[in-house]
Amino acid sequence: MANRIVIDPITRIEGHLRVEAEIKDGKVVNAYCSSTMVRGMEKIVEGRDPRDVWAFVQRTCGVCTTVHAIASIRSVEDALGIVIPPNAELARNIVTISHAMQDHVVHFYHLHALDWVDITQVLNADPNATSTLAQSISKWPKSSPGYFSDVKKRIKKFVDSGQLGIFAKGYWGHKAMKLPAEVNLLAVAHYLEALEWQKEIVKVHTILGGKNPHPHFLVGGMASALNLSDAGGLNIEKLAHISKLLKEAHTFVNEVYIPDLLAIASFYKDWGAIGGNKFNNYLSYGDLPTGNYGNTDSYKWPQGVILNGDLTKVHPVDLENTSEIQEFVNKSWYDYTAGDDAGLHPYDGETNINYTGPKPPYTHLDVDKKYSFVKTPRWQGKPMEVGPLSRMLIGYVKGIPEYKEIVDYALKTLDVPVSALLSTLGRTAARGLETKLLADWGLEFFDQLLANIKAGDTRMANTEKWDPTTWPDEAKGVGYMEAPRGGLAHWIKIKDRKTENYQMVVPTTWNAGPRDPKGQMSAYESALIGTPIADPENPVEILRTVHSFDPCLACAVHLYDEHGKNISQVQIGGSCSI
Amino acid sequence: MNNKSKKEDTYYESIIKKGYSRRDFMKFATAITAFMGYESTMVSQVVKALETKRRIPVIWEHFQECTGCSESFIRSDHPLLADLILDNISLDYTDTLMAASGHNAEEAKQESMKENHGKYILVVEGAIPTKDDGVYCTIAGRTAVDILKESAEGAAAILTFGSCSAWGGVQAAHPNPTGSVPVDAIIKNRPIVKIPGCPPIAEVMTGVVVHYATFGTLPELDSMGRPKQFYGKRVHDSCYRRPNFDAGLYAESFDSEEAKKGYCLYKLGCRGPVTYNACGTMEWNNGVSFPIKSGYPCIGCSEDNFWDNGPFSERLTNLPGMGIEATADKIGKIVLGATAAGVAGHAILTNLAKKKEMKAAHRMADENKKRIKE
Repeated sequence: MANRIVIDPITRIEGHLRVEAEIKDGKVVNAYCSSTMVRGMEKIVEGRDPRDVWAFVQRTCGVCTTVHAIASIRSVEDALGIVIPPNAELARNIVTISHAMQDHVVHFYHLHALDWVDITQVLNADPNATSTLAQSISKWPKSSPGYFSDVKKRIKKFVDSGQLGIFAKGYWGHKAMKLPAEVNLLAVAHYLEALEWQKEIVKVHTILGGKNPHPHFLVGGMASALNLSDAGGLNIEKLAHISKLLKEAHTFVNEVYIPDLLAIASFYKDWGAIGGNKFNNYLSYGDLPTGNYGNTDSYKWPQGVILNGDLTKVHPVDLENTSEIQEFVNKSWYDYTAGDDAGLHPYDGETNINYTGPKPPYTHLDVDKKYSFVKTPRWQGKPMEVGPLSRMLIGYVKGIPEYKEIVDYALKTLDVPVSALLSTLGRTAARGLETKLLADWGLEFFDQLLANIKAGDTRMANTEKWDPTTWPDEAKGVGYMEAPRGGLAHWIKIKDRKTENYQMVVPTTWNAGPRDPKGQMSAYESALIGTPIADPENPVEILRTVHSFDPCLACAVHLYDEHGKNISQVQIGGSCSI
Repeated sequence: MNNKSKKEDTYYESIIKKGYSRRDFMKFATAITAFMGYESTMVSQVVKALETKRRIPVIWEHFQECTGCSESFIRSDHPLLADLILDNISLDYTDTLMAASGHNAEEAKQESMKENHGKYILVVEGAIPTKDDGVYCTIAGRTAVDILKESAEGAAAILTFGSCSAWGGVQAAHPNPTGSVPVDAIIKNRPIVKIPGCPPIAEVMTGVVVHYATFGTLPELDSMGRPKQFYGKRVHDSCYRRPNFDAGLYAESFDSEEAKKGYCLYKLGCRGPVTYNACGTMEWNNGVSFPIKSGYPCIGCSEDNFWDNGPFSERLTNLPGMGIEATADKIGKIVLGATAAGVAGHAILTNLAKKKEMKAAHRMADENKKRIKE
């Protein structure tokens, strides 16, 4: 017998996400994932000045607040043949890294942790034992018994108030919660500390882009001009500020995030066999050039595809090849002029919104028809998972020493096999391990920036093609980058100095897309198959797997009973809603 | 910060005032504990809850948004977010942070709205699509329009965080594919405080909340419904590069010698002269910088219709509110005196003049929309 449940809204994400899943013998046997919000960003930028488009599409997501802007300016630079100066490349890398670190930490502590951590158990924790534990796994100074005792008192006062606010009706006391009380207290203390830290690291963006969220960007480089002899430019005081923030981030990641991740993961090793996608394909466009963006071999985040779980080979990727990446709308609320089963390369992509779902208010989506505002991208007709796990796997398979070292260290510490990476636990662990690498790379790139300046190079922008009269009548380009949630690319066609067509294929489109014309599931749906559900009324296990992708869209999960009765709805907060 | 000035009694205080005894209160607490389906060992906790002073309930709706306003909100330095949500407010519903999902989340919201009817603050982030009966944003199978009307009904006041809920925002930019509108296009009978910006500065958002928690009243608003203390000045009037503008010192291109020296970005398209916001006074992320300080022209993100007032890189030759004769080109270094006069002129703009500016901005947006179509 199969139960069908609905989770809508799925909270602790960006956007509006809905999941419908069928449950049999305590496991998910079928799942449908739907994005229930659309804005038509791709239509809105048509006809606009290509130099402005970054600002519009940046608003696709305020959680991944830098990524769409960077993909956009890179697409215009690609179309116009602009090569940016080395300092601008380094500054963008530093922006990307500081954002990814902030985003991953916020995801771990504030979006994902409450699937694993039982905040009410804090009241049963012994602050002395928590202190002993904390000091055994890290040299982080805030780890005295008195410190944890104060945190516990604060939480007790909060719970006693009877107003549980964001913690009301959480999955407290759920069978799937396995952490000892002391680990819960440690995690909650760091939930609060991470909240303070995350607002610091983003100051890197404020210095280089004027604000955060939504720092400013510039086609051709960065507008934050360097000038060591004037208060008006990026001078030594501002550079020293960036240096301090990157060093603090390095400490926080190494002394708080990584020890917590490994400590919590050690109680959930069974999740190393749950929640992997069943097709085992992983894609990364790559990013963080150490030479320049045009040289993919120089990337810190490597480019490539892993197929069918074959951890011996990485296939090359070509974003311009019209037969490689295609988007389908057979199950999405859009029309294609060539018919619904067509696959379109983004250069020829179309965004003709046509909602044909149930009239609200509704309790079920008709999943036999179209059921999402997310399109379905495929690489050579195959579904792909994107994100930190894909990046770590590709680096690992390529045998890059720093990837090998850190992945092997984590596997050894947790005493789990390599196959455990292809799971919910693996996805969540990969995000943390990647952050550790990012913390190192941030300092490396910053040192290079200083070395360049010392050598006399103060260029931050290439403005040769700023004036549209220098442009050809027609041009097209692709800009890609690795967002925290995975490979992101924007394709632009420019005609008469205006944006003629604009298409975005975002990480969550790869992961959360509905089924394709062959009936193949995308990553979320596929990963949910086999997930154990202890209590269909409180399907926290589904949240664990969906959150392990760090969804960036408004999306919902529905669970139904065998008669189609909607017995549960879960909203996953968060979105890259186009 | 605490909410000492808040006059609302706890449940315990209110029933004692009505002449009931402590014994009656305990009986009630025991009954309500059983009624809620809790074990009898929970009675003491229920008693405590009823005795403790209540934090201000906040319901935060998320519609057509990018979540950038939530992200900005959590960056608040004073107050810190943890202090705000643990000590000042009870954030009873927000997609972004709440532990519960699905029906658990919806129940938490419904319970809070019922229990705090007429007393909770409704925060709205994101615009509301109205085209095709609102199918372009649904949550738990219901449209944003429907949800907004329900949540607004019992709200003491509505705070529209960000340009989307205040003005319509990016999705309402031409051609507005989903018919997006701001909150005040739908809700007419509740006090609405507009806190525009894309996103707003963190401390502006938390500042309005703390103002309400501390003084028990909404802050003073301008004629557009924005808090005067944060939106009373143009970015131009508080810009540290203003002396360069007055002296006719402009950067003509990015990364130029002039740009490196921090000259005025007006000729590179800066919208500071037509933008009311606190960027120049408070700066971003606890006073670190703001776009102009980091070398980027202001795009006017707190203004109605700013998305359609592009291209951002093109300077506006007929700035509304500056007078056609006061364009930077004509003034230049030669007629410095005239610029200074202009400065004094727009420093004392009244709300009436702001309305004129708004009208002019709308006119320009319409013209731009035509241009985009062509």
